[in-house]
Amino acid sequence: MTETRQPIIGQSLTRLEDPPLVRGKGRFVADVSFPHQLHMRVVRSPLAHGRLLGIRIKAALALKGVHAIWTAQDIADIGPIDFREGKIEKLEPYRQPVLAQDYVRYVGEPVAVVFAEDAYVAEDAADLVELDIEELPVIVEADAPPGVFAPGLSTEAAIVTQGFGDVEGAFASAHAIISLDLQMGRHSGVPLETRGAIGLYDSARDVLELHGAAKVPHKNRESLARMLGRTTTTLHLFEYHVGGGFGIRGEIYPEDILVLVAALRLERPVKWIEDRREHLMCANQSRQQRHLISAAVDAQGRLLAIRNEFYHDQGAYPRTHALRIAETTCGILPGPYHLGAYSATGYYRLTNKTPCATYRAPGRYETNFVRERLLDAIAERLGMSRVDVRRINLIKKEEMPYARPLSVLEDDVSYDSGDYEGLLDQSLKAMDWDALQESLKARRAKGEIVGAGFALFIEKSGLGPTDGAHVNVDTDGVVEVLTGGASVGQGFETVVGQVCADILGADYRKVRVVHGRTERIEFGIGAHASRATVMTANAVAVAAAKVRAKALDMAAELMQAQPGDLDIANGLVFRRDAPHGPSMKLGAVASALRPMAKTRGAREPGLSADGWFESEHQVYPYGNQFAVVKIDPATGAIAIERYLIAYDIGKAINPMLVRGQILGGFAQGLGGAIYEEFLYDERGEPLSVSFADYLMPTLSETPDVEVLLTEDAPSPRNPLGIKGAGESGIAPVGAAIASAVEDALQCTGLVRQLPLTPQRVKAMLKELQSRRGLPA
Amino acid sequence: MKPAPFTLHRPATLAQATALLHDLADEDARLIAGGQSLAPMMAFRLARPGHLIDLNGVGELAHLCESGGMIEIGALIRHVDIARRAIPGVTGALLRAVLPHIAHHPIRTRGTFCGSLAHADPASEWCLTAATLDATLVAHSASGRREIAARDYFEGAMATALRADEVLSSVRLPQLPEGARFAFHEFSRRSGDFAIAAALVIFELRDGLIAQARIGIGGAEDRPRRISEAEAVLNGRKPSPELFVEAGAAVAAALCPMEDISTSAAYRRELAATLTERALEEAAR
Ligand SMILES: Cc1cc2nc3c(=O)[nH]c(=O)nc-3n(C[C@H](O)[C@H](O)[C@H](O)COP(=O)(O)OP(=O)(O)OC[C@H]3O[C@@H](n4cnc5c(N)ncnc54)[C@H](O)[C@@H]3O)c2cc1C
Repeated sequence: MTETRQPIIGQSLTRLEDPPLVRGKGRFVADVSFPHQLHMRVVRSPLAHGRLLGIRIKAALALKGVHAIWTAQDIADIGPIDFREGKIEKLEPYRQPVLAQDYVRYVGEPVAVVFAEDAYVAEDAADLVELDIEELPVIVEADAPPGVFAPGLSTEAAIVTQGFGDVEGAFASAHAIISLDLQMGRHSGVPLETRGAIGLYDSARDVLELHGAAKVPHKNRESLARMLGRTTTTLHLFEYHVGGGFGIRGEIYPEDILVLVAALRLERPVKWIEDRREHLMCANQSRQQRHLISAAVDAQGRLLAIRNEFYHDQGAYPRTHALRIAETTCGILPGPYHLGAYSATGYYRLTNKTPCATYRAPGRYETNFVRERLLDAIAERLGMSRVDVRRINLIKKEEMPYARPLSVLEDDVSYDSGDYEGLLDQSLKAMDWDALQESLKARRAKGEIVGAGFALFIEKSGLGPTDGAHVNVDTDGVVEVLTGGASVGQGFETVVGQVCADILGADYRKVRVVHGRTERIEFGIGAHASRATVMTANAVAVAAAKVRAKALDMAAELMQAQPGDLDIANGLVFRRDAPHGPSMKLGAVASALRPMAKTRGAREPGLSADGWFESEHQVYPYGNQFAVVKIDPATGAIAIERYLIAYDIGKAINPMLVRGQILGGFAQGLGGAIYEEFLYDERGEPLSVSFADYLMPTLSETPDVEVLLTEDAPSPRNPLGIKGAGESGIAPVGAAIASAVEDALQCTGLVRQLPLTPQRVKAMLKELQSRRGLPA
Repeated sequence: MKPAPFTLHRPATLAQATALLHDLADEDARLIAGGQSLAPMMAFRLARPGHLIDLNGVGELAHLCESGGMIEIGALIRHVDIARRAIPGVTGALLRAVLPHIAHHPIRTRGTFCGSLAHADPASEWCLTAATLDATLVAHSASGRREIAARDYFEGAMATALRADEVLSSVRLPQLPEGARFAFHEFSRRSGDFAIAAALVIFELRDGLIAQARIGIGGAEDRPRRISEAEAVLNGRKPSPELFVEAGAAVAAALCPMEDISTSAAYRRELAATLTERALEEAAR
């Protein structure tokens, strides 16, 4: 047999996690049950704001099969839901109680909870719980004057600010000032699998378990332990298959705490599976911001300063992230451009709507839209091309790393590497931009409403500071990679498996990746902010390299060679100079290292090692997206004729997965750009609580997308050179489509709001006609 | 989203079904056919029938036939059957043209033609078809059989002349004459969604002039209906783009559209006019 080392990193290998999923053998939280479990149903507020005067549970309790019903009084010892990163003094009084106490503040807020023998009875009983609520006036718009959250507390929970330079001076001396008022609709991640949680208490061992974890099991273990007054050693979280995360799954919600407390007190497993209506009413929503933004530019179109004032609609309560999206909005808005001076002020306001938190590309979907609209408007004002105004402002390759006195996720902004203009040129070429302009012009002359637009963007990913992993080879040669990561369906096992197999020399198909289990590994960062590949894969690389060294050392002794003469591939150790000669299986090397094996000598037992990776800063991948659209003037419908996504990933571990991430993200971005919007009426009643009203694009609505994936700028901040991929598809879609729509209309400043529903487009057409003095 | 408790009945004959409806009259009994509208409403607990009477075992309702210039569609004919059974003539072709606009394939394999008419969603394509073709609806109850003309049948959004004790056993559609032209256009934000507005147009050309024009509009008002003002514009005139615009304007003028938070009356009105024009253009081709 001939052994040679083929690279595994960089190959589009099929996914390690797929076999059970495509055979219908996946196990999602709803598939999990425990003997004697109770089913939990939450009674939710039907009003957006009110004083809770009383709750009558007698009739519900009398229903056969109902085990218990709790209200806030029954869990008075449990505090409100904590922030993930610990105490935030100013926001403490705004935290959401697990069950509403004196007030309800959004439709869907948990008020009481029923535990019953089955899910049907639980729902029947929940219907019988009577709430006595005195309705109070609501605030449904974040840009309305703030009101009272509770006596002495304003609904403006915080004001976030960032900035640098002499903004006033820049505006005073500007050649031109361009101002826009832009709004972003409320939408969110809507995974195929709704949330779910099962609490289980093992009184024999005094261990409390939460099944159905996602995204950040270890972080959540810390928060939950803090809230429940337990040590982390006796609290464990278990992740199963997760049918989509998108940032909104896996956060701590009231239901997670309820199943745990109930499991402890009722001494029976307690299962809760969210239904779709609850999901669309209670799971984190996102994005809703209004920006009043102004740019001061010189005569060449250079950005001298930006003033970015925005209203952040947080919904009824801060959630586990506290101020993160508003902070990111401040820190990331300047994107890939030079900027002389900057001031950002975000009014973080509570409204009587579903609470908000991070959704794939938080703070970026919003700011890409706002910033790129601003650049298009500058181009129009100065009579420049949209490409030139960007060129003149782009940060150059030679300037990397490029630091700015801003912060994102408490990390100082410092772009690590990139050739933004180079990628722009590649895209312009791929689009055949000049010819495209000509053909669109000709079509417009014939009366078609067609146009092209684009947006440039910077992503951020790989938030550190540290992650670890443990790699172990068993005596059959199976490699187990123990991580504190999480899989939300993104291909985590595959990516980690590829890195491990590549570095160790293992057979990729024999790698098993463990994630989402706090009882197996003490620390973990989970899967969020496109960090898993950067942080966890690099930690795995360190551990795998150590295992490799140990394997070579042991094998060298057994094969009577020097470690340097040996190599490992496909799980076999062999001599470089005699690839056809004798070889040794990794499993055999592991056997030789068993505690009782004499061969082990003085070596530590086991073919295994820990690895840690530390990073000082995040990494900043970048890209651009181009759209060609056609508008039907009668219906206002937008058809996407062509779409290009260019993205520099630094180094793709598995290009197929990167493309998958990009395309999936794009579909969600399209949702926010044209289809999806959580609407509320003037009483704060949510109107988008089914898939008939919350419109996600389906395959029929999603156009083909061309992907231009480049590896021009590997990150210098990690040995593998990788940058994240999770949010690149979605981040600038609203921006690019808005730009194309304005180009089709041949007028900037018309798009003020996303999503671009047919009716809004139709209204824009009318506005255009009246601006041009034509009859409507 | 789990339905409230109910008792399920499975009659084998139409007589048993109507008897059950009669006997359970005071206990909130509902028929279920394809379940594609009723089951979601029960899951949301917007409908809480105490008794469900399942029509799926009533074999005599699975008929689809043509006789005396009428096509008769029984209560167990699913949406997909409209394409699978070779319904003859222009009316057959018309039904097949409308069909793909209804929901998505899996829903079409369960949902029924008559269930759509009983449910009477204002945007239902089959309701619009029935209204435009002046269908006859056949209802059975324990006390007998009666026929209801489409124009008397639709009473509002999800409200019909059908009584609580009646089964809509079949719908009869007239066979259109050879050479009749038709086209159906609707607009919805996504494929498979209920339409925001829809237009079904039918006419004949006699010596180059339009005759027997039927313009039906669905989705815009609380029930589908023919717009006689627009039909009058067309009859006796030569097809032309200008004429179609005129007919569209007549539709717009005659309509009194519904309004909700995401769709204004004005938008629906303009849409109905556009869809009418487009359908007329297609039919004239
Ligand atoms: C996602 C989705 C999208 C859809 N999109 C569309 C669409 O675009 N256009 C469209 O027209 N429809 C659409 N539908 C509805 C679908 O066409 C239903 O099949 C149809 O409305 C009802 O038919 P059914 O047989 O399923 O009726 P069921 O759901 O069984 O019953 C509906 C109602 O009619 C009554 N009923 C049923 N049969 C009879 C009868 N023979 N006599 C008396 N009463 C009866 C029931 O009691 C009930 O009140 C959609 C449904 C879904 C789930």
